[in-house]
Order: sequence, then structure tokens, then C-alpha cells
Amino acid sequence: MEINELKRVASQVRRDIIRMVHGCQSGHPGGSLGATDLITALYFDQMQINPAQFRMDGIGEDMFFLSNGHISPMFYSILARRGYFPVNELATFRRLGTRLQGHPTTAEGLPGIRIASGSLGQGLSVAVGAAQAKRLNNDPHLVFVLMGDGEQDEGQIWEAAMYAGAKKIDNLVGILDYNKKQIDGPTDVVMHLGDMRAKYEAFGWKVIELNGNNMQQVVDALRLARQGAGQGQPQLLLAHTEMGMGVDFMMGTHKWHGTPPNDEQAANALSQLEETLGDY
Amino acid sequence: METYEKKDTRSGFGAGLLEAGRHNPKVVAFCADLTGSLKMGDFAKEFPDRFFQTGIAEANMTNMAAGMALSGFVPFTGTFAAFATGRVYDQIRQCVAYSNKNVKIAASHAGVTLGEDGATHQILEDIGLMKMLPNMTVIVPCDYNQTMNATIAAAEYDGPVYLRFGRPKVPNFTPADQKFEIGKAQMIQEGKDVTIFACGHLVWKAMEAAEILKEQGIEAELINIHTIKPLDVEAVLKSVAKTRCVVTAEEHMRNGGLGDSIAQVLALNNPVPMEMVAVDDVFGQSGTPDELLKAYHLDTPDIVEAVKKVIKRK
Repeated sequence: MEINELKRVASQVRRDIIRMVHGCQSGHPGGSLGATDLITALYFDQMQINPAQFRMDGIGEDMFFLSNGHISPMFYSILARRGYFPVNELATFRRLGTRLQGHPTTAEGLPGIRIASGSLGQGLSVAVGAAQAKRLNNDPHLVFVLMGDGEQDEGQIWEAAMYAGAKKIDNLVGILDYNKKQIDGPTDVVMHLGDMRAKYEAFGWKVIELNGNNMQQVVDALRLARQGAGQGQPQLLLAHTEMGMGVDFMMGTHKWHGTPPNDEQAANALSQLEETLGDY
Repeated sequence: METYEKKDTRSGFGAGLLEAGRHNPKVVAFCADLTGSLKMGDFAKEFPDRFFQTGIAEANMTNMAAGMALSGFVPFTGTFAAFATGRVYDQIRQCVAYSNKNVKIAASHAGVTLGEDGATHQILEDIGLMKMLPNMTVIVPCDYNQTMNATIAAAEYDGPVYLRFGRPKVPNFTPADQKFEIGKAQMIQEGKDVTIFACGHLVWKAMEAAEILKEQGIEAELINIHTIKPLDVEAVLKSVAKTRCVVTAEEHMRNGGLGDSIAQVLALNNPVPMEMVAVDDVFGQSGTPDELLKAYHLDTPDIVEAVKKVIKRK
């Protein structure tokens, strides 16, 4: 897909995010807005998938896992816009009886979701398991997983990183949403992450660094990662992002991690985001 | 009583895993650096491509298994019961039980009969932890053959399973060819005066107790509840309607164990006098398995005493 087309999709996804969290007055807009460009490019340009016939086992297609499940508004919008389920279902987000639970789950049978996430630090391990399953099946497709930077605090991330490096899981692409903010404040203050590039490299990973809000860079990095698959190393896209990207008053702060906008703020935010594909 | 060869239940698991692997190429196995202890070596040797050594990283192992399961495989994870449950409860909760993935959690060295390693390794809470999770099936087989057959049944069953077994060698009295039916209580012997519901290593102890009671004129009905969840409620109520009193016996904490499950059924349907042979809200300690069973009142005489006490309460 052309870069401009991807940007138009991303603009609509950001509108969906604002409208979803505003609609139910709960959810996580900041991280969702920051990671939108990464996952839009992944689903609309890079991944080989078949949304019309969702397969839980993902055989014969690429697979994606969202480890930081709280940015579910972004994930749900992209799945709906890509054709996994009706767009108007986004209006049910976080409401009683919905398939769009606060954090993604398989319990409600929503197409596109393969495992629950929300309790942090677990998605990388799941993705490693799925990547090994692809090897056993001689399936050449890739497994992608998005992680937050806050969840790099979890020890399990490093269990999985060590395993993937040691066992040369080279059909796995991790994407680190490196916005340098978590609930209680900047990562530098809460838990200094140090040199993330050096850390993953020390675990045997190939690291590709990029601006995760520059659509051209995102597309290029994802294509580079596909070319780099099968060469004996897991790969990490170290994607520098801006929490709240696209909405001026949500950027440069961690305050919008899990806070919904009020009516006035939502109107302000939507005025900054072009409606490109039609609101749900 | 007839004598039987003594074998460890963990070896029954190893044999069952190998058999399941031969029968179904989708069966895979993970182990967190305890391949020898879990007797998974034969599987690893015969199916090296389907065996995954994870190192001492149980959280990663559990979630990798979930990722493998959603891709259509039947993964077993192997480690000690303490690390298979408490250490990774959140991983099991989110990615196995809530996500309803076809993962088989194989947990060895459960209970005090782990022995000398002491309380850090002797988990007595695992049945409770696992049975509280929706979607989870909880199986506690009693001897080598039953553990082997339960492993094969777990591989054939579609859904999360917790399979609990142990370290010591105990009499192997169930037939090798006895098909394991998940959720179906096993009648060991019929009686009219009391029902003993037992699981795991304490089934044999309960058989010994029933023999002693018989000499004293008490006819005990003994039922092996090898599946704690789903519980065979029909079998429980049918037996209790006849005997009108109950003793439960398990190598587990009273809170959350087999007795707790039986007590719920009785309280809701047919309250009758009941005694529980179980560990009473304390941690274990170092010792030999036999010493520990005595010290924590989980031995044959304890079951005999409990029966006499409960019959007086009728």
C-alpha cells in the first residue's frame, strides 16, 4: 500500500481510538495513538493474512500478537478496518456483553485475537511458541509481536529474549513500542531501561532502530525484517514513538496512558484527525 | 493384601508421554531443566524435534506452550508441581485457562512425599490453585499405570489439563490396560458403612486402611477420585446415599483440596458427617516420605482413625 494511503488509514484508526475511549469513558488512548503507525503498516502493508477467513492456528499466514494488551483500541480498530469483524462493533468497546473486552481475549470469539493479553510481559513468549510451531509445520510465514517499553521491566521478557536468541528463532520479529513512558511517569524515572539496543543484541538479537511514527521508516523497517528472517537471529524493531501521537495535548506526557477525554477534549482531538474512511 | 511392584508415578508420566507422542505427531513437550526428574528423556530422545528444553524459565515455558497450542499442537510442560503452578499462576490464568488453550501442565514431585528437599518444593496448595481456574481440568492419578493412562487421556482431551503426580515409588495396582476416563470416579471396593474418597498416593493408603477396618468389622467403600475437576458428583452422591458418612484422604492442604470439593457437594446436596485426612494449614519440612506422611497425619492409621470417628458421628 502507498505511504499516503497508509497514513490515511492511520488517521482513521486514531479517530476510532478517540471515539472508542470517549464513548465508554475508559481505556488507554496514549499508547494506542503512539503505536498506530506501526500496526497499521503491519496489517495493511506487510503481513500476509486472510482476514475474511480467520484461522486460530495461523497456518499459511503471518501472525501477530499484542503483548501490551491495554492498547486494545488501536488493535480493535485495525482489525475491524482490515476486515476481521464489522467496523460498527467498535461502538461496543468495553461495554457489557461485548466481544471487545477492555483487554483482548479469545473468550468472546472475536476474529483476529489468538490469545488473551493484558497481564504484561507474556506476549513475547507466546510469539516464540507460535514461531516454533511454524518451524515444525515448515510454514515460512513470520510471527510478529508488539511489546510496550514499560513491560520490559518484567523478568519474563528476558526469559523469552534469552530463549529466542539461544535457539535462533529467526522467524520472529519483535516490535518494541519505545515511547519511554509508563503509568507512573517516564521510564527513566520509574525504571531506567538502559541501552535497549545493546541489551537485545547481547541476547543474540538483530536490532533495527527506527522512528515508529514515520510511516516510510516503519514500512522500510518491516520489509527489512522480512528480508532478514531465516538468518539465524530473532529480530527486534526498536521503534521510537511518541505517546499520544496525532493529538497535540496528549503528546509529551504520560498523563493520557489510561485516561479518556471528556466531550470537549474529544472534540478537540477529533478536529486534529482527518476522517478518511468514515467513522463507525 | 496382594502385593504389587512399587513404581513411581512420574515414570508413569514418562511412559504415557512417549506413548502419546507415538500415537499423535502433534504432541510436543517442554521441560524447564528437569528432564531426568520428570522422566521425559525417552520422549526427548525419540522425538528431538518435538522436545523443547527451556532452561529454568517456567513462565516462558508456560506461555510458549500456549503459543504452540494455539497453532494446533498438543504441548506438555514439565517441571515440579511447585513451579508448575504457584510460580506461573498468572501465565496459566491468562494464556492457558482464560484463553482456553490445549496445554497439559505436567507437575511432578507434588506433596510432602517429595521428601528431603523440604517445604520450598513440597507444594500442598496446587490442586486448589488449579481447580479454581475456569476451563481447567485437574487430574491426580494414584499409581504408575494410572498416571501413564491419564497422560494418554490428557493428550486426547481437548482443553487445559493439570496433571499432578509424584516422586516416591508406590504400589502399582491398577491394570496397565485400564483406560482412563477423565471425570469418572473409580470404584476400588464397595462397602456400606463409610465412603472413603481418596486421590493420588493416598489411594493405596486408603486400601490398606480399608483392609484393617474390614478385620474390625467395618465395611468401607473406597472410591478413587482421580479427577478432582470436573468432579463425578453423581458417583459421590450415590455412594453417600448408601453409607451416610465420608472420609476424604489426600496429600494436599485441607483448604482447596479434594475434601473441600467433596464437602461442597455434600453441603449443597446431602449433608452427612465428614472427616478430612489432609494437611492442616501448615507448610511441610524435610524428612523421608514415610516419616512425613506420619508426621502430617496422612498415613494408613490416620485414615482408620478418621473412619472410626466419622462413624460415631452418624
